[in-house]
Amino acid sequence: MIRHAISNLNGWLAILAIVLSSSAGDVLLSRAMKQIGDLGELRRKRGLGFVISRILRNRYFLMGVVCMAISFYSLLFGLSWNDVSLIGPAAASLTFVANAFAAKIFLHERVDHRRWAAALFVAAGVVLMAL
Amino acid sequence: MNLRKYLVLAGVSVFAPLGDSFLSYGMKQVGNISLRNIPDLLLAIANPWVGLGIIFLLGFFASYMTALSWADLTYVLPASSLGYVLLALIARFALHEQISLTRWFGIALVSTGVGFVTSGPELTGRPPQHLANDGSVATEHS
Repeated sequence: MIRHAISNLNGWLAILAIVLSSSAGDVLLSRAMKQIGDLGELRRKRGLGFVISRILRNRYFLMGVVCMAISFYSLLFGLSWNDVSLIGPAAASLTFVANAFAAKIFLHERVDHRRWAAALFVAAGVVLMAL
Repeated sequence: MNLRKYLVLAGVSVFAPLGDSFLSYGMKQVGNISLRNIPDLLLAIANPWVGLGIIFLLGFFASYMTALSWADLTYVLPASSLGYVLLALIARFALHEQISLTRWFGIALVSTGVGFVTSGPELTGRPPQHLANDGSVATEHS
């Protein structure tokens, strides 16, 4: 009984950590990639080595990777306590919604009705698929 | 959108759920890790299934960054969620697992969401910056 409660608590703590770190990482990586430009086009013009060096020198990319690493280890921690059928969909669906807010606030993306609907439909669909 | 961009989105869709599945299988072998033994998480990557999961997630990461270089975050995330649908269809038709009505409804919702977002433009904010011939960064004006 107590073990089950601890398992659930640790699972939801992991989900919270995944959502926060993953959303921060997504926003930072998106900002980095917008600064760098279309990777396919850059690779054709300047070569793969140039693209890699440009990515690795971008500070938003480096901060994004740190956030993604925190998200990854939070996922491993969560999976060691609870099923992937809870951790995966719960974290993914909440991240969809959190990212829509974060993209609007920090990246100034025009999140119109279509994109809000897409984020909510996908989030709800992911939850239903896990039931 | 061209074929290359659709392939990049397909890479994001396929690598992520496969990577997560391998990680899950590996972590079940590793066992529970308590908050007091957090450093044990670093040793978990020695498990071959966790290692394979990490390789797939690296593939996901490369595709994901490429997609983010020419599309909005709020476009890439829903558009690449078809991977969940793909996994469910593999489970049904290749592994002959039973899929409940609720799960089919979930599949329909995800597919509708993907349809919504992919019918719109992939980029709405400021256009991505490109390198000028001299290597300096210049913003593209349309």
